[in-house]
Amino acid sequence: MGGSFSIFMTSCFSENMALAFFLGMCTFLAMSKEVKAAVGLGAAVIVIQLITIPVNNLIYQYLLNEGALSQFLGASFSSVDLRFVGLISYIGTIAAMVQILEMALEKYVPALHAQLGIFLPLITVNCAILGGTLFMVERDYNFSQSVVFALGSGIGWALAIAALAGIREKLRYSDVPEGLRGLGITFIVTGLMAMAFMGLGGM
Amino acid sequence: MKPLRRLLDSIHPHVAEGGKLRVAYPLYEALDTFLYSPGDVTKGPSHIRDAMDLKRMMGTVVLALGPCILMAMWNTGYQANLAIEHLRIDTAGLDNWRYPIIEALGVGFASTSMIANFVHGALYFLPVFLVTQIAGGFWEVVFATIRKHEVNEGFLVTGMLFPLTLPPDIPLWQVAIGISFGVVIGKEVFGGTGRNFLNPALTARAFLYFAYPISMSGASVWTAGFTAEGHSQATPLGAIPDASIASVQELGMGVLKETWFDSFLGCVQGSMGETSTLACLIGAAILIGTGIGSWRIMAGVLIGAIGFGFILNVIGSDTNPMMLMPWYWHLVVGGFAFGTVFMATDPVSAAMTETGKWIYGILIGFVTILIRVLNPAYAEGIMLAILFGNVFAPLIDYYVVQANIKRRQARNAE
Repeated sequence: MGGSFSIFMTSCFSENMALAFFLGMCTFLAMSKEVKAAVGLGAAVIVIQLITIPVNNLIYQYLLNEGALSQFLGASFSSVDLRFVGLISYIGTIAAMVQILEMALEKYVPALHAQLGIFLPLITVNCAILGGTLFMVERDYNFSQSVVFALGSGIGWALAIAALAGIREKLRYSDVPEGLRGLGITFIVTGLMAMAFMGLGGM
Repeated sequence: MKPLRRLLDSIHPHVAEGGKLRVAYPLYEALDTFLYSPGDVTKGPSHIRDAMDLKRMMGTVVLALGPCILMAMWNTGYQANLAIEHLRIDTAGLDNWRYPIIEALGVGFASTSMIANFVHGALYFLPVFLVTQIAGGFWEVVFATIRKHEVNEGFLVTGMLFPLTLPPDIPLWQVAIGISFGVVIGKEVFGGTGRNFLNPALTARAFLYFAYPISMSGASVWTAGFTAEGHSQATPLGAIPDASIASVQELGMGVLKETWFDSFLGCVQGSMGETSTLACLIGAAILIGTGIGSWRIMAGVLIGAIGFGFILNVIGSDTNPMMLMPWYWHLVVGGFAFGTVFMATDPVSAAMTETGKWIYGILIGFVTILIRVLNPAYAEGIMLAILFGNVFAPLIDYYVVQANIKRRQARNAE
């Protein structure tokens, strides 16, 4: 199996952000009541992942990583290791990117902005986004790998929330015991979905 | 039959509204409507009036499963007797409660004798079946009593499908745990039959598969009575990935000890009820003929599997022997036929719309081959592929319905 295809399949299915790592759970559970909203949020996550992970990859490679600065500033910087400010730079990048994207969308594609509007600020604090960046750093992806990974993890998360929303719309006709209604049954559904997704694990 | 009716009628006042044994009403109701057609008639503005109620429907599915059940018993015994003959084992020396019973019945262990195979296999199948019925039925009645709904025949089918998907030597406590998970978490927490989103029998099996992989997969669990002896005989799907690529390139499927026709008839290793494609085809004929199973789903799965299997054959491979498995082999090995006919068509967890059924079926066929061929972690893919399809079925339906709405709006726009 080719390198980038394998990264895509792994990040999309077997290491699905939502169903294998349970990242981004608050938005995953809160915004999955209707398919339409869920798909909108999923699309927003794909876009943000596609922007922030490659950008953070560049930041990591050319600024933060040990010795990265020596590429511009000469050998005396070869021992400088800025990885300890990683978390704050990544989350800063994510917040900034989301803001810029929101403004750009509002100006140039108002229709899409109106559809995604509420979700964009929400995503800034979605841990699937930060998680994506941190996985990228941990696994030492290069730039093109990080693009594939961003696409895969975004699509995987979007697929998961869309499927969950479809199931929850269907479950409206179910007779769930009172104590489990709402979030309780959603957790159970998420667990069962994770079991179904395990089939694609190990690829 | 009159006395039976009279007995039931005499019980009725005690369990009816206000009676002393009110809690037991679901049990009474289940027994009564199982034995007799209920006298209730539709009161509200209902549109469909048909004798084909849930009970008759489930009964037909059980009937359709008949050939698979008979085949399960025969083949389990056949494989065990073959192993006994092959290994020249003295059955008297082994600690297995079934052997004295077989001796007492005097049927022997000859793999050529129909009856010997049948009795031997039944002694494996029936305990698993009974444990499933008792453990699953227990939860069914508990939930029906507490939540005051009726005991549904959905369980009859679940409890019939589940044992057929298990290897013969599975410990009975695992059977009980598996079916408990399937019935409670897979179905009852959603409100019972018709309200779940995953197939309960498959949920139970997948749970066991991930929780106790040692007794559910590998090469040594498929021959009844020999798991503990370490007698190892792989299923065709287990044997191909282990075969060397050169031998598969040279001999094709000749590297297997089974022929295509063996696999079609079902005298090969495997879970108890899944081996025989022929038995599943008889079941499929009954299901399609009575309109209970959707032929669209079955055709969709076939198209997905044949199409993707064919593409992989054309691509070929120098490293993965599974890529060289011809598409027509995929249809007869493993649980493909059983899953396609009985699991994928479960009307509750499948897609509901007609277009959706095609998409759902093709998705399952595609993912099955994907897992079998390209995922080295699992040998068989149909179970996980159907669960995967179940997860996406509501979403597929949603988009089919939306597309219909859009099309009709466009049509009426002028």
